[in-house]
Amino acid sequence: MILDDLPVLPVIIPLFAAPICLLLPNTRLAGSFATLIAWVSFAFAAMLLATVAEVGPIEYGLGGWANPLGIVYRVDLAGAIVMTLVSLLASVVFPYAIESARDEIVPSQTSAFFAMFLICFSGLMGVVATGDAFNVFVFLEISSLSTYTLVALGAKRDRRALTAAFTYLVLGTIGATFFVIGLGLLYQVTGTLNMTDLHDRLQGADNKVIRAGYAFIFTGLGLKLAMFPMHRWLPAAYTYAPSAVTAFLASTSTKVAIYAMLRFLFTIFGFSFGFADIAFGFFLVLGLVGMFYASTVAIFREDVKMILAYSSVAQIGYMLLGISFATVDGVGAALVHVFQHAVMKTTLFMAVGAVFFALGSHRLSAYKGLGKTMPVTTGVFLIGGLSLVGVPLTGGFISKWVLVQAAFGSVQAIPSLLIVLMIVASSLLAVAYVGRIAWTMLLEEPTSRTPRKVPLAMMAPMLLMAAVTIYFGIDAEGLVNICRAAAESLLDTGLGYGGAM
Amino acid sequence: MIPFIPADTNPAMIMMVAGALMVFFGHQGRGIIGLIAVVLSGWQLFNLGVGPMGDAQVYGTGEILGYEFMPLRLDKLSVIFAIVFHSAAFLNVIYGWQSATKVEASMGIVYAGSAVGGALAGDLLTLFIFWEIAALSSVFIVWAGGGHAAFKAGMRYLVIQVMSGLLLFAGIVLHLARGGSSEFGAFELVGEAGVDPVAALILFAFGIKACFPLLHTWLQDSYPKASGVGAVMLSAFTTKLAIYTLARGFAGTDILIPIGVVMTAFPVFFALIENDLRKVLSYSLNNQLGFMVCAIGIGTELAINGAAAHAFVHITYKALLFMGMGAVMQQAGTARATELGGLHKSMPWTTAFTIVGAMSISAFPLFSGFVAKSMITVAAGEEHLLLVYIMLLFASAGVLEHSGIKIPYFAFFAHDRFAPSLRNGVPRPKEAPLSMLIAMGIAAFLCLLVGFYPPILYGLLPYETDYHAYTAEHVATQMQLLLFAIFAFMLLVKFKLYPAEVRSQNLDVDWFWRVPGRKALMATVAGVASVWHTVWGGLKGLSGSVVSSLGTLHGPGGVLSRYWTVGFTALFTAAVLAVVLITAFLN
Repeated sequence: MILDDLPVLPVIIPLFAAPICLLLPNTRLAGSFATLIAWVSFAFAAMLLATVAEVGPIEYGLGGWANPLGIVYRVDLAGAIVMTLVSLLASVVFPYAIESARDEIVPSQTSAFFAMFLICFSGLMGVVATGDAFNVFVFLEISSLSTYTLVALGAKRDRRALTAAFTYLVLGTIGATFFVIGLGLLYQVTGTLNMTDLHDRLQGADNKVIRAGYAFIFTGLGLKLAMFPMHRWLPAAYTYAPSAVTAFLASTSTKVAIYAMLRFLFTIFGFSFGFADIAFGFFLVLGLVGMFYASTVAIFREDVKMILAYSSVAQIGYMLLGISFATVDGVGAALVHVFQHAVMKTTLFMAVGAVFFALGSHRLSAYKGLGKTMPVTTGVFLIGGLSLVGVPLTGGFISKWVLVQAAFGSVQAIPSLLIVLMIVASSLLAVAYVGRIAWTMLLEEPTSRTPRKVPLAMMAPMLLMAAVTIYFGIDAEGLVNICRAAAESLLDTGLGYGGAM
Repeated sequence: MIPFIPADTNPAMIMMVAGALMVFFGHQGRGIIGLIAVVLSGWQLFNLGVGPMGDAQVYGTGEILGYEFMPLRLDKLSVIFAIVFHSAAFLNVIYGWQSATKVEASMGIVYAGSAVGGALAGDLLTLFIFWEIAALSSVFIVWAGGGHAAFKAGMRYLVIQVMSGLLLFAGIVLHLARGGSSEFGAFELVGEAGVDPVAALILFAFGIKACFPLLHTWLQDSYPKASGVGAVMLSAFTTKLAIYTLARGFAGTDILIPIGVVMTAFPVFFALIENDLRKVLSYSLNNQLGFMVCAIGIGTELAINGAAAHAFVHITYKALLFMGMGAVMQQAGTARATELGGLHKSMPWTTAFTIVGAMSISAFPLFSGFVAKSMITVAAGEEHLLLVYIMLLFASAGVLEHSGIKIPYFAFFAHDRFAPSLRNGVPRPKEAPLSMLIAMGIAAFLCLLVGFYPPILYGLLPYETDYHAYTAEHVATQMQLLLFAIFAFMLLVKFKLYPAEVRSQNLDVDWFWRVPGRKALMATVAGVASVWHTVWGGLKGLSGSVVSSLGTLHGPGGVLSRYWTVGFTALFTAAVLAVVLITAFLN
């Protein structure tokens, strides 16, 4: 019985748990409750993944209303992977947040903080699970609105969190508005919001309204996923948000936006539109420019969180690049990178959070000699950093490897070799910004301040993620295969019965 | 078979795991773990066995994502390098027992392990992995030299090394993409269809680490900036791993002969005018690599044997020389020729060991260098490469000049800068600590052992050989060369050091060739140096200005990263929308 409700459970459990969480006292209880919920959601998401891998896409009519009257949830392999990833990261970050939040959040807001965290989590899961285009917008806004709040809660330690949250609010709302305008235009033409029906009705149709709708959706989601040059909200928001929030957002929110973009691009519009090529052209160019621009900026930053935030913008460039190949290998590589980057960035931001807990700063100058004073955290940071560079035996290497392979396997406006050389060159930039931090940590003399001891509740999730980074650098065959299968389902047999391949 | 360790374990893994463990221990613990690791790893290497060329012992093969791995391939060529890397690692541990910092000790073992792993790697991707680990672990040793200069040199080193790795990676991917085998075998640089760009890319990657001319600067830039212990570690692995890969991938590639010859010749001039003795050794290292590259270019069985033999003995005596200079630097605080001298009085053992190293590198008969170097020159002679033969002889004389005589002479003899009669308050440096002396003693013993009993070395060589080092002809040629070079050095020393009034006594006799000749020589040297400095300075200035202009653009407050206002970003979003709309409509 409960198995029939699998697609909806991981979404609604955190949603309903949030108000309960708000009623809990402002102690560790709220965080523990949220953690429990995350674990339950993760268990259901993992079961969902196993089921989908076995029987194929699952459809679920919300409230018993059948398609096309009701809202339909439809989860295929790609969706199940992203849901598992998001809930996995939530179950790792939430326990980390218990101690981290006690330090960084005004105590009276603790239960509200975790309630918001749960809502954000639920929103992200919903975007992935739903098979209804308007529902995507709703969940995107649920997650975004809660994120604005979460970022603003960083104000206890740094008042700049308020302006960062405000900037994010304004820009995020612009993105959402564009997105919903695009949806409106599509609705105008097709009279449906169900993704499968949208696909059927858009098949072969082509007029100015659809094209405009397409442009609005592209831009709106592009902003949400921090595509260069619409990335400007990201660095400040990531830098000034509480550490746990950054660790969670950096690994999930842009990834979910990328998933939504894939959905619209491949499932709804498909390849039959002449202007699909335009989108891929945009991804190719903006992805490449973003890789270089953001990495270069990262090199010259003095704040480690800011460096990593810019690095995220650069890494999104890699994912866009993979998507722009528009082949199974390319999209598969993008999904592998979505996974690997989520893992490594969470690792890194957790390490940054631990340093912030111990020393109260995330500026580079605070990292002097950390190799001596905080050896474990330094080790974890270095593992994440090496993965970011793409050193063999870490996850980052796997995703670069499959990306390079995909580049050679596809035909582009830019020669494959040049693309590969650009991937290589931008990795060199990553060497520079990671190397700078590594040097400061390992070879500068420690400052006189002795760091506070970081509690086990923060260390354990951090070490776990570092282990995961290494594990998926060594044994990645399963991951690569499942991402490939997911890419196949997206491009070919997903929601939209063979996207005219 | 070692208990608790699977039979097909990679020796490199033993060292790398131990290197990581060493971080958690103090001086004594680090040393003990290091020694145990090197011995275990060596024992494991022995257990794995070795196959003849073309019929290697292979372990751990498998397939991942359609790529065939071969992490261990042991034939005579790979094993001789693995053995000498082990011996170098062993010496490093002992030498650094007291002075190596935590970073140096642990990274040194990881670095040695990566060199072993690279030498034993049977497929290209495994090679690449160890290639990169070698770069990443060794940069810490450069950085551990301390100070801002070491940091900057380390950064330059890192970028160049990683670039080599990435070029290799690009080459491998292209090679695989066109259906090439994943096994690391010989590449054909010049095929029927002209130069093969993929092979050229890989050769270029190898060439960076092997210090081809114009690609060599990272070596002289970084090695002297490492600590005394660090420089010994650095001297052994990276370049010799590159020599191995060249021997494996590009044996008999003609272009390597001129490259090798240039490598043997040009560092001689720089080494002669250099004051920092460790930099002299770095140039000399470059020159020695030239012999090996040249031999690989010749590519006959004798030549490949010569390259392997030379690499083998070279690692030991070059390490010995770096150890001697490292000991001097630690005890006297400097390695500059102008600030040293007379140290033989208080550092007799270091002096003796360094002289053994110096005589080995100069290829005196009964020392290890002689046994190997003559193989290469004979191989050049057998192939009737007269010009190459002459150039190699010239370079050999140069080696004696700067490494054989200059190093020991200026460090341990010459003017006694520490004599009490000078009353400059500088105390006489004490003899080096025991651990350093033991390491130097072992290295010196190895140099003599191979020199006295070459069959030890010949048995390890890749190809069967009936080569005899001690024939009358080889000894006579080498002795003539050595005597000539010693004579030349004595003349030079006389001119440089004797005051004016002494010189005036024999002014009439030899003024015509001495003063203009010396002027001409000096002018040539200065000319070469200034051209070089202009080119290098220009490049440096260019890269510096590029970095600083990037800094002004992207740095805090830079145009490209100023805190854009919300409105500005919103405008940007609208612009993107407009562009997408327009292209969508026009399409």
